[in-house]
Amino acid sequence: MFETIAFYTFSFLTILAFAITVTTKNVLYAMSSLAGGMIIISGMFFLLNADFLGVVQIIVYTGAVIALYAFAMIFFDSTKDIVETKTGKTFFILTVLSSVMLVLILTIPMASGQVEALYPIHEGVGNAQDVGMVLFTKYLVPFEVAAVMLLVAMIGGIIMAGKKMDKNLTEIKENEE
Amino acid sequence: MITLEHYIVLSTILFAIGMYGVVVRKNLLMLFFSTEIMLNAVNIALAAISNHYGDLTGQMFAFFIIAIAASEVAIGLGLLIIWYKRHGSIDLETLQSMKG
Repeated sequence: MFETIAFYTFSFLTILAFAITVTTKNVLYAMSSLAGGMIIISGMFFLLNADFLGVVQIIVYTGAVIALYAFAMIFFDSTKDIVETKTGKTFFILTVLSSVMLVLILTIPMASGQVEALYPIHEGVGNAQDVGMVLFTKYLVPFEVAAVMLLVAMIGGIIMAGKKMDKNLTEIKENEE
Repeated sequence: MITLEHYIVLSTILFAIGMYGVVVRKNLLMLFFSTEIMLNAVNIALAAISNHYGDLTGQMFAFFIIAIAASEVAIGLGLLIIWYKRHGSIDLETLQSMKG
């Protein structure tokens, strides 16, 4: 009963927040509603008995990704409106149809029942412990590769955002040419 | 009673919202936001299927998707800042240089 109420509340709030994100003109409103939607999605993960994933969702998405967007918006003039030319029902219907098709193609093999649990969830063991057991045995190499990828992304972000931070790149380009 | 289908339908709706944002919006920052929405929709579907079968593999994939999303944001925002410094705009139309 509570699961049903929680599911419908969370899904309604998530859809509302993300609909505001893609339709609003103001970038700040879009970012705030995106952060709210991310937090509500973590509630969905708690409903699905994926506690560790829910905590990671709050920490990484709302803590790191949204904070990164907020700091990056210092560099942009977000008060200037960008004129949206493509609107209308045609795009909406086309995207809905194509995404339904994509989701069906990808999930029907998984949902058809021909799946056996490769790494089953253990009874009486916490989700974080269970995840740790699988992550540090079966998925150790992908985990380390992901760590290297995050390091490379961090170095790339620092180099690209911090390059000649005190100068205007447009003037530099014109002087070179 | 909430079944797997409910979560799949929710994931489809969120994916459609994200895809609509990617197709329609002209602001490059909005394109990043819509991509995050699509990644989150996929994460919900993976966690739901993981719960349905009692298998941890779906959650593992969701973790790696989160790691990839974080690095994508770092690199993408760096590129976007360089683009804004050079052109003074984050309009998608300014990316068209071939006038095709």
